[in-house]
Formats: sequence, structure tokens, C-alpha cells
Amino acid sequence: MANWIPLWLHRLSSPPTFYRFAGTLQPWVTTLALLLGAIALYGGLVLAPADYQQGDAYRIIFIHVPSAWMSMFIYAVMGVASFIALVWRIKLAEVVAMESAPIGAAFTFITLVTGSLWGKPMWGTWWTWDARLTSELVLLFLFLGVIGLYRAFEDRRQGARAAAFLAIIGIINVPIVHFSVNWWNTLHQGSTVNVFGHSKMSWDMLWPLLTMTLATKFYYAASLFRRARTDLLALEGGKDWVRQIAQGEDAR
Amino acid sequence: MSRASLSSACAAMLRRDLTLAWRRRGDIAMPVLYALIVTMLFPFALGPEDTLLQRIAGGVVLVTVLLAMLLALDAMFASDIEDGSLEQLVLAPQPLALMLGMKILAHWLTIALPLIVISPLMAALLHLPGAVIPVLLLALLLATPLLSLLGAVLVALTVGTRRSGMLLALMLLPLCVPAVIFAAGAVAAAQQGLPWLAPISWLAAALVLAVVLAPLACAAALRIALDS
Repeated sequence: MANWIPLWLHRLSSPPTFYRFAGTLQPWVTTLALLLGAIALYGGLVLAPADYQQGDAYRIIFIHVPSAWMSMFIYAVMGVASFIALVWRIKLAEVVAMESAPIGAAFTFITLVTGSLWGKPMWGTWWTWDARLTSELVLLFLFLGVIGLYRAFEDRRQGARAAAFLAIIGIINVPIVHFSVNWWNTLHQGSTVNVFGHSKMSWDMLWPLLTMTLATKFYYAASLFRRARTDLLALEGGKDWVRQIAQGEDAR
Repeated sequence: MSRASLSSACAAMLRRDLTLAWRRRGDIAMPVLYALIVTMLFPFALGPEDTLLQRIAGGVVLVTVLLAMLLALDAMFASDIEDGSLEQLVLAPQPLALMLGMKILAHWLTIALPLIVISPLMAALLHLPGAVIPVLLLALLLATPLLSLLGAVLVALTVGTRRSGMLLALMLLPLCVPAVIFAAGAVAAAQQGLPWLAPISWLAAALVLAVVLAPLACAAALRIALDS
């Protein structure tokens, strides 16, 4: 049967194997991310027609929407990795969870910034306490809390476990926050803003968006691989396989 | 060594923490003074208009109580870490979650209860209508234990770190958003003459959930933070 899959995954979770695996994959993933990103930007900024209502201003969604999706996707990845790290104490899962946090925070930040840049001409304001905006802001603080807790510990593995626990608490919290913010917002006033006037997107606009989504996924993978590799080297500083790599570098 | 029964262990834990707090009565007064001073600053900053103060009164009292609790949160396990009694607690045969629950209860009794007692005065300073004050008290009675429980989990996580004050605020903010929304929502609804039972019920539901889960999470967090 397909016995080799768990076996392969098990092997992959050992730091030296993952270091080599990520090293071989990383340039390919980076190239793919750049290529797809360039195609999506060309498609979105040049080929796609202007919106009949919003003109050219809508084009920011090609950055904004993929970033928003990524911010939630990365939080989910972080949560799952944290769970694995706490339950099975796999070192690689800790590294993946902790190195995902800054990337996720960056995507969340980009989402907020592009959103407010778009909001200024469209809604006439940089910021409104809309439920989705507020939830995204809370998500940013969750990411920052995880990063802050991780950095506050002297011992990195202990910090990673504590921050992983916080990430799991956060995952339970996200739906509660979203629900309560929704309730809070509708209590005060009805929705004054309509995020998208048109419900259906034309294919000309959709394909750059989807391509950009793929590009951001690959970018995340590339960035994660790079960060995890450095982190693993620092974490496993005293181990034999790191010494061999260091000696290899010296010999060159 | 004979094992102490669970209830007597709980009572001993509670009595110990309350005695310790009573020996340093000055510390209990600090959050209360802090909350009063912050409340006093609002009329100075916003002007003494009655209508404006009335509108913000409920929210200001809630946020002030939250901040006062946040300031006192740091000290929840601090002295126990210093003299090593927290390690003894972890090693004790009694379930850690239950013991921590007692500690959280003691902390709530010494920090949050004085704040709740003083909150009608704070509300009156801001001209909150007298009819709304029972709702405010009810909201605080449900929201402050929730904050104590959530805060305890986070304090347990930061036990092994040096600088935890600002970090605690950063970590607590996303967790306390729902509690603040529902508590302030209930007060605002009561002030407008609308039914306020729904947000209060949500708070109560959240509190029931937290009473069950937070001590367990706190114990798990403490084990992570002390394990080195």
C-alpha cells in the first residue's frame, strides 16, 4: 500500500532532511512566485478592463484580495503547525509555525494598507470600523502577539511552544471576534459600505486575481523555506550536520 | 504523607492567597485609585458637558476597569515564581487546573471585586443615569471574571519571560474584544431603553465556557512556560 507517504513525511520532519529538501525546492518556488506575480500584475494592471463604476482604482484588489486570503491561510497553517508542535513535539513544526508568523503579519499589514489606500477615494475615508476591517486588525494583533511572545523567551524552543499555545487560543478566538464584531457593527448602524457593487466578476478580471493568489502561495512557500532553513541552522548549531555544512562552506 | 482532600486543598489555596493579599492591603487599593484617576481625566480632556459624558460613561468605565485589571494581571503569579511555590503547586498531587482556578478566584476577589464596588461611583462621576447602573454592574460581574480567566492563561504563558507588561496588553487585546463589545453593548442598549438581555446572555455563555476551559488552558500554559 501507500506506506511510503507517512514514512516520507516522517523523514521530512527531521531537520537535515528538510534543510536539503527546502534548499532544492526553494529556487524553483521563488522563480514560480516571481513569474506568476509578474504575469498577474501585467494581466491585472494592463490587460484587464477598467471597472465601469470604480475606474482604475479597483485594480488594487489584485494585491489586496490575495493578501487578505493569505493572511487567513497563513494563520490556519500556523495554527495547524502549532497543534502538531505541541502534541507531537516535532521541532520542524515549531519552526514552521514561528517562521510563518512574520510572513502572515506582513500579508495582514499589506491587506490593511492597500485596503485603506483604496478606501480613501472610494469610501472617502482611510479607515472605517467595518466588521471585516476590524477583524483583520485583530488578526494583525494576534500575529504580533505570537511574534512578541516567541521573542520574549531566552530559550527559543520554549518560546516557540508558548507562542504555539497562544496561536491555538487565537484560532478559537478568531470566529468569536468576527461574530461579535459583526454583531457590534450592526447594532450601531446598518452597513453603509458595499465592498463590491458587482456580484459577478468578469473572467478578464478574475484570472489575474487567481494567478496572483497562486503567486502569493508560492511566495509564502519560498519565504517560509528560506526562513526555516536559517532558523534550523541556528537552532541545531551544535549538531553534526550543521558542522558539515559549515565546513563545506569554509572549504569553498 | 497523607493526601489532603480536594476541597480542603482548594480552601487552603484560597485562604493562603487571600491572606497574602490582605497582608499587602495597599496593593489592593492601587487598581481602584488608578481607575478613579483615569475616570477623572476624561471630563478634563473632553469637557464637562453632561450629554457627552453620559454617552461615553459606560464605555469609559468598562475600558478603565479593563486597564486597571491588566495592570494588576502581571502580579498574579509573580511572587509565587520568586519564592518557588508555583513549582511546588505544579508538583502537588492535586490537579493543577483546580488549584490555578482557586488562584484566579482569589485574584478576582482582590482585584476585580473592589473595582466593581467602586464602579457606580465612576459611573456617577460621568453622569450615567442611575437606572443603567444595575446593568453596568451586571455586565462587569460577568465580564471581569472572563478577563481574569483569559488573563491568567496569558500570564501563565509569559511566566518565563522578563518583560511581560506590554506583551500582556498586546496578547490580551484580541482576546478581550468580544467581552468589551458585549459588556458595552448591554450598557448602551440599556441606556437607549432597548432590551439588553441578549448581550448579557452572550457574556454569561462566554463566562461558563471560560470557567471550564481557562483553568485547564492555564495549567497547560504554565507547564509549557516552566518546562525548561
